[in-house]
Amino acid sequence: MEILQLIVSGLANGSVYGLIALGFVLIYKATEQVNFAQGDMMMLGAFIALGLGNDSQIGAPFWLACAGAILAMAAIGWGLERAVLRHLFGQPQIAAMILTIALGFLLRFAAGAIWGHDPLALENPVAGKTLRLGGTVLGLDEVATIAVTVVLTGLLYLFFRRTRLGIAMQASSQNQLAAYCMGIPVRRIHGSIWALAGATAAVAGILFASKGSIDPGTGFLGIKAFAAAVIGGFGSLPGALAGGLIVGLIEPFASRYLDAGYAQIVPYAVMLLVLVVRPHGLLAQVHAKKV
Amino acid sequence: MTLLEVENATVRFGGLTALEDVSFRVGQGEIFAVVGPNGAGKSTLFNVISRFCQPASGDVRFEGESVLGHSPSGIAGLGIARTFQNIELFDRTTVLQNLLIGRHTRRRASILPQIVFAPAVRREEIAHRGAVERIIDFLDLHPYRDNAVAGLPYGVRKVVEIGRALSMEPRLILLDEPASGLSVEEAGDMRFWIEDIRAQLGVTVLMVEHNMSLVSAVSDRVMVLADGRIIALGAPREVQSDARVVEAYLGTGTAMR
Amino acid sequence: MRVHFKTTYDHDIRLFADARDALRYGLLVALAVALPFLLDDFLLGEATNVLIWAIAGMGLMLLTGHAGQPSLGHAAFLAAGCYAHAILMGRFGLPFAASFVLAGVIAGFVGVLVAIPALRLHGIYLAIATLALSILTEDFIVLAEPWTGGVAGMTAPDISILGMEIDRLGSPDSFYWLCLAVAVLVTLGYRNILRAPFGRALLAVRDSEISAQAMGVSPARTKTAAFGLSCMTTGWAGALMGHFFYTFNHEVFTVVISIQLLLMIVIGGLGSIHGAYYGAAVVAIVPQAINVARDWIAQVSGAGGVAIPGLEVGVFGLILIFFILFEPLGIHGRMTKWRVYFELFPFYRRDMFRRQKSYLRTERMR
Repeated sequence: MEILQLIVSGLANGSVYGLIALGFVLIYKATEQVNFAQGDMMMLGAFIALGLGNDSQIGAPFWLACAGAILAMAAIGWGLERAVLRHLFGQPQIAAMILTIALGFLLRFAAGAIWGHDPLALENPVAGKTLRLGGTVLGLDEVATIAVTVVLTGLLYLFFRRTRLGIAMQASSQNQLAAYCMGIPVRRIHGSIWALAGATAAVAGILFASKGSIDPGTGFLGIKAFAAAVIGGFGSLPGALAGGLIVGLIEPFASRYLDAGYAQIVPYAVMLLVLVVRPHGLLAQVHAKKV
Repeated sequence: MTLLEVENATVRFGGLTALEDVSFRVGQGEIFAVVGPNGAGKSTLFNVISRFCQPASGDVRFEGESVLGHSPSGIAGLGIARTFQNIELFDRTTVLQNLLIGRHTRRRASILPQIVFAPAVRREEIAHRGAVERIIDFLDLHPYRDNAVAGLPYGVRKVVEIGRALSMEPRLILLDEPASGLSVEEAGDMRFWIEDIRAQLGVTVLMVEHNMSLVSAVSDRVMVLADGRIIALGAPREVQSDARVVEAYLGTGTAMR
Repeated sequence: MRVHFKTTYDHDIRLFADARDALRYGLLVALAVALPFLLDDFLLGEATNVLIWAIAGMGLMLLTGHAGQPSLGHAAFLAAGCYAHAILMGRFGLPFAASFVLAGVIAGFVGVLVAIPALRLHGIYLAIATLALSILTEDFIVLAEPWTGGVAGMTAPDISILGMEIDRLGSPDSFYWLCLAVAVLVTLGYRNILRAPFGRALLAVRDSEISAQAMGVSPARTKTAAFGLSCMTTGWAGALMGHFFYTFNHEVFTVVISIQLLLMIVIGGLGSIHGAYYGAAVVAIVPQAINVARDWIAQVSGAGGVAIPGLEVGVFGLILIFFILFEPLGIHGRMTKWRVYFELFPFYRRDMFRRQKSYLRTERMR
């Protein structure tokens, strides 16, 4: 039964990694830019929810705080694209990479200046409650995390399949120029993609902060989400989620069966292995450059 | 004397056959043109010769020796240079640097003497610089010597790319659509350059080109590819009147009307 | 504008464009040599810091700026050089010079080992892989406790060259000169490479691997050699850093340092040796400038010392964003533009340094 607990806590963490990775992939597919600040956006989303919802802060109802954080992060994502990243259109990938690293620095600084550098927990209805399943005790927060991720994934799937905006996003991610020629406002789409990535990051942040605590350095979690995105192949949305779950599952088992020093390097070792053996992930297809 | 020999080359991409059983020989000192409609397999043929693409079967021999055992970067050392359809220059360097990179196969010094810039390296560099200057002279590139490649007009970039290939001092040069995108005057210049490449530098030319007036003006022989097969091979005049060639270009029956 | 009337090919090859150029750099080196007589110990320490960062930056610049291979993991090679040097000297009792050179070679060798699998990776994939490498290195240092001292760390052994004791605290002047000598030698070697065939091969691989191959440049060999040289240089910087910090553990070589190193050369200007120095200067100056500004604000407002943790990082981030948006060529690019502006005055055109844009890379995956 211990195994089940490990699996559930692994899946719960993995859901968070998967959601952050989803943000990377959304942005990468649409704009060919890698957002190194996605982890920090997650952190900021959690802090906004916390700032709105916690009793010691504004003390708004939990659901309102969550909605507020998601909207705020969507706005921040949209604003970042609009104010900064749009100007990098057509420049080398490394420029966007460095720019987003710098944005991450700024977000971390802003969060630290507003909420301080001590770990804080997000007060929420499921914290500390447990769920009994036969003889196994599961944390309700972990189960809730998995459930929310499943629902969000379903919604995103429907969004990309059924809505005009979602289909336009897919089109512009496959071929910017062709999409542009078909009358899709590619630049505006990029803004929406960043807003969507921001909202996803906020959800990931709320889930993460509900299970434990956050501080401005939590954004480094984004590196684990990188591992997830890479394992899933940077260009695939289901791959990102799957990669997140894989990384999430590896962790509790590694720390259960390995020494602490070795356990924490396992996710990165797996990621390096995947990069070397299958450089473009387990699921992605590669298109070589034509001459 | 045969310089390049392609024998029964077949290339498949998944289910698509890009080249099927293509055989031909290019003689020393010849200007040999490959023409054909889009998708006929011309670029694939070039990629096979320069090793960017592995044939499913068949062989490519240069001076009697198979090139298939060489890596793409090893081909240059044999004396085969090439240009690219969509200009692949080293954009963030100068014209001079681009041409000097063409001398790469001729370098002697290993890396340690390069780090201390030993006198031998300096002598070698001066020799390379001289060789490149001759190419600059040959192609009239003087005004652009120290310009960054990225900012140059298209026509000049096209010439720089040919210059870069020539500074390798190759035996064979593969020109992938040398006149595409050029103005009428530039295409006219290109004609003289291609002739001079053979006449003055003694380099054999294998080129893919769509501009038929250029092809018939400079080439000794023309090979027509369609759907990966050779449908005609001969002097430009014979090939142009070949019924199958007309059909490949204009469609069945058009020639009758 | 100066016009160079070139009479021999050597004009294009030699180190300095003309006598004025040679004089300028000569004066700069002379000033650098005289610096210990002009600065107090604290500022001299900062200058030493700049030199060490510049050496590390030149290492990364070769790989990222000239060979076009981004690395977010160079702290790993700083660590390799630092620990190799400390172990060779402290444990095996090698003399400083031998240990120092060997430490660089070891770091370079590690770099080659990393390069072999990394050859398959491009652009951001390489950046992410090296990022993971940097994280693994931190943990590896802790795990390899018998050699590295783990969390407790190590102490750099004392340096003695030809009977002369060099100690960062006891004799900051001679330690500074040591760093300066290394920096000058590395700069010369770097400059030589750039005017030799290998330097051009780097540029070729950076700008177009496909046509580099067509020109006979093997991307695999070139990149491997670039990794080796780059990591060797960074390893030397690491060895010096060990002496500079005196005691060090895994926390000196974190991912943040890797990231900072890359950001540093971007601010300085990718693709130029100058850029490594400019970037290193910025990295050293920013924290000091913040301190000064903080004291000044405290004085003016009359309030006590306001300490905002993380302010440094925030300011650094802002500077970077500014550069990426408005001056992607970095400080070196800005300097070049100003120089051209004054030399051509009043004929400078805004579009002389127009950025080249590229759309729709075909190498992307779906």
